[in-house]
Amino acid sequence: MPDTETVEHDVLVIGAGGAGLRAAIEAAAAGVTVGVVCKSLLGKAHTVMAEGGVAAALGNVDDRDSWRVHFADTMRGGQYLNNWRMAEIHAKEAPARVLELEAWGAVFDRTPDGRILQRNFGGHRYPRLAHVGDRTGLEMIRTLQDHAVHLGIDVHMEVTVITLLTDGNRVCGAFAYDRERGRFRLFRAKAVVLATGGVGRAFSVTSNSWEYTADGQMLAYNAGAELQDMEFVQFHPTGMVWPPSVRGLLVTEAVRGEGGVLRNNEGRRFMFDDIPENYRSQTADTEEEGWRYVQGDKSARRPPELLTRDHVARCIVHEVRAGRGSPHGGVYLDIAWIKEKLPNAAEHIRKKLPSMYHQFKQLADIDITSEPMEIGPTTHYMMGGIRVDGDTQMTAVPGLFAAGECAAGLHGANRLGGNSLSDLLVFGKRAGEHAATFAKAHAAGRIDAGAVDHAARSALVAFEHGGGGEGPYHVQHDLQTMMQDLVGIVRHEDEMRQALARLDDLKRRAAGVGISGNREYNPGWHTAMDLRNLIAVSEAITRAALERRESRGGHFRDDYPDKDPVFAGFNVVLAKGEDGTMRLTRVPIPPLPAELEQVIEEQKS
Amino acid sequence: MSTATFRIWRGERGDGRFEDYPTTVSEGMVVLDAVHQIQSDQANDLACRWNCKAGKCGSCSAEINGKPRLMCMTRLNELDLERPVTIEPMRAFPHVRDLVTDVSWNFRVKQKIQKFTPTAPHAADGTWRMQQRDIDRVQEFRKCIECFLCQDVCHVLRDHQLHDEFVGPRFLVHIAALEMHPLDTADRTAELREAHGVGYCNITKCCTTVCPESIAITDNAIIPLKERVVDRYYDPLKALVRLVRGGTKGESRAT
Ligand SMILES: Cc1cc2nc3c(=O)[nH]c(=O)nc-3n(C[C@H](O)[C@H](O)[C@H](O)COP(=O)(O)OP(=O)(O)OC[C@H]3O[C@@H](n4cnc5c(N)ncnc54)[C@H](O)[C@@H]3O)c2cc1C
Ligand code: SF4
Ligand code: SF4
Ligand code: FES
Repeated sequence: MPDTETVEHDVLVIGAGGAGLRAAIEAAAAGVTVGVVCKSLLGKAHTVMAEGGVAAALGNVDDRDSWRVHFADTMRGGQYLNNWRMAEIHAKEAPARVLELEAWGAVFDRTPDGRILQRNFGGHRYPRLAHVGDRTGLEMIRTLQDHAVHLGIDVHMEVTVITLLTDGNRVCGAFAYDRERGRFRLFRAKAVVLATGGVGRAFSVTSNSWEYTADGQMLAYNAGAELQDMEFVQFHPTGMVWPPSVRGLLVTEAVRGEGGVLRNNEGRRFMFDDIPENYRSQTADTEEEGWRYVQGDKSARRPPELLTRDHVARCIVHEVRAGRGSPHGGVYLDIAWIKEKLPNAAEHIRKKLPSMYHQFKQLADIDITSEPMEIGPTTHYMMGGIRVDGDTQMTAVPGLFAAGECAAGLHGANRLGGNSLSDLLVFGKRAGEHAATFAKAHAAGRIDAGAVDHAARSALVAFEHGGGGEGPYHVQHDLQTMMQDLVGIVRHEDEMRQALARLDDLKRRAAGVGISGNREYNPGWHTAMDLRNLIAVSEAITRAALERRESRGGHFRDDYPDKDPVFAGFNVVLAKGEDGTMRLTRVPIPPLPAELEQVIEEQKS
Repeated sequence: MSTATFRIWRGERGDGRFEDYPTTVSEGMVVLDAVHQIQSDQANDLACRWNCKAGKCGSCSAEINGKPRLMCMTRLNELDLERPVTIEPMRAFPHVRDLVTDVSWNFRVKQKIQKFTPTAPHAADGTWRMQQRDIDRVQEFRKCIECFLCQDVCHVLRDHQLHDEFVGPRFLVHIAALEMHPLDTADRTAELREAHGVGYCNITKCCTTVCPESIAITDNAIIPLKERVVDRYYDPLKALVRLVRGGTKGESRAT
């Protein structure tokens, strides 16, 4: 390709969110050359949007907390489909990773004795989320970004990777285009870390940005790696529902952590009506006990609003379907009520939840210190993703690593809030470390000119159709609506079969889209290319969801509404078959070692 | 539903013109929604940046009816829709295409600022202690979403193009956050005066007016930094008094 620039790094990190930056920092510290690629400007990745906090058993607010409790909470939340090794490492290493951020300049909110403050969140037994008001992600990404820019890391901003390059079965580079000029860029690398985030753009109601088009998952899949747990998409219970243009925008769980309650249109706190058996002993019996819990009373148990996200989301859908919803099809989330309990409630809310206050005031004309919010479920997070080794984060492709939201394992069937930011730090670091080790031990691979040529040609095909082809945004829109309707929060065999047929049709339409204009900063062209990954990941989600004939965590089936012990023993794994079709297998989960079994048992009471 | 017209700057590398796009508008819409609608239905290749659509990432900066603002946080009901709404790229930065500008200068400036350098940990377990009241100000500065709207509006950069001499309000906020960080030990006063050019700011406060995070850029960040420079270079006596009275880290070091 004549217009291709070639760049060489020992380790190439794809993604500049929390996971990518942490990986890059670690790899650079190990003394190899590092390049980071990202689709947006530096510091704008999804991580910047995280609100509530980062989970780590520091025990600053409640000293009964420890890695053991955090581990057991994560496994219970994930319905035991988690990669237990990752859950163990995560619980043990998260505190050190958070403290390290402080050494790099992060300024978390403080306890009265000057340590890092921690707040309550759904599914976490004790106050565990280190936070900065409700802008924790911004603090984290800025800290990592500011630290990284002084380490001699090369950052390629607004560059999108479209194919990974392999030599034999190992990875040896990546092929990309830059958004600004539309020129191709070839990266040679001895090891590659994927840290590309999630898949939310496959659905119409989502808290995710345009970047979340499943690139990493599909780059890995096409290079020979496996995907697992793709049926587990997290629908966050509280997204904005009104006005229409902000539908899906996240309302942080911290609102409930600070005492916010859910009510239906009859004013009833319906979450008290359906408490799952395995959480009953940890859940408050009365509204009064729930309030004492959020106020830090150690003898109280948590209110049912702080049950896991999958459960809360389904209860909301249930209320709305039963006709007890709010005018715009959600339910009410009320934090203003705490004025009955606290003298300076309005000020307290503005201080603890400043960006929520701002968001509702500016976008919905609602003052959350005096009136309830209308909320409903929104597509938020992908538990599934690239299958990796729990210790090193390496995929089935030698030299290819994955960390953060694009990787699978830690969260099992459902992620606890706050466990993503800690995931990024713990496994970003490990991926960076092991990628550097791999790069030191291996020479550069050979780039296959034919593969590069093919990638370049297929990237440009939409221009050949010109303005005559269908517009890419319409195809994207139809895909999103279809996935939301047919493979959304409540699923059914017939609908999912229909979805597979519709995906075939969308694939054909995607192949025929046309683009006008030229290659310079042309979002139409970018959207046309994104369609392939979006459609492929939709197929992966649908196939995995069809295979799991039960309801568990984020995956709920109308036709199999209960948990089935048979399905507790395996992960659904997808890989590309020889003939190019998706191959699906059930991979048994290795038995828990006795020590970890013991930890779970002791935390059951 | 009604229709409104958006007059959007189209073109490449400074060579451009306004084009009018009529589109339907509905309750609750923001400017970014209108731009997306136009992009989807009428101009697939219309270039703009965005990520969060919630005022959190600082990607969607533009000049709306001549005012530097975030497109995702500008509600249509605050604008006069009887007339076309103009949307232009930030004018203080080199133009790339349509609403996109080259803001890479900002990233280079950041790299030149001395990084955070913490004091030794306060506790045996390697952790530090800080009181909330001592970090409130630093947290205000760290709310910055790097939208660069303040850089866009500052006349030192916009009109006088002194990008080599002056880091601009965004990075004065950044320096203030570092200098007022209770754990930081680095000294940036000399650079502030020379390389970072704090003296170019003549306190017009235009930056503060446009900041979507309501950071009191001038009063809380720039003026205290200017005082630091003055204390260090022009008023050793005042600095000595502060030292004796026990000022904050930066002030005591200024002697
Ligand atoms: C509104 C919101 C609030 C949240 N709040 C919390 C919270 O309070 N606590 C918590 O733990 N979690 C929270 N989460 C989840 C958490 O923020 C994300 O899961 C996490 O930030 C993902 O980080 P990451 O590093 O994996 O990816 P990201 O931060 O999303 O970064 C992905 C990076 O990959 C790049 N990229 C993608 N594809 C390509 C490509 N093809 N080529 C080059 N680069 C590419 C992108 O440009 C980007 O830089 C929240 C999520 C949302 C949406
Ligand atoms: S106050 Fe200073 S930094 Fe701010 S706009 Fe005016 S001159 Fe620029
Ligand atoms: S200080 Fe305010 S206006 Fe300037 S970049 Fe930061 S958020 Fe934007
Ligand atoms: S899109 Fe993030 S600030 Fe507007």
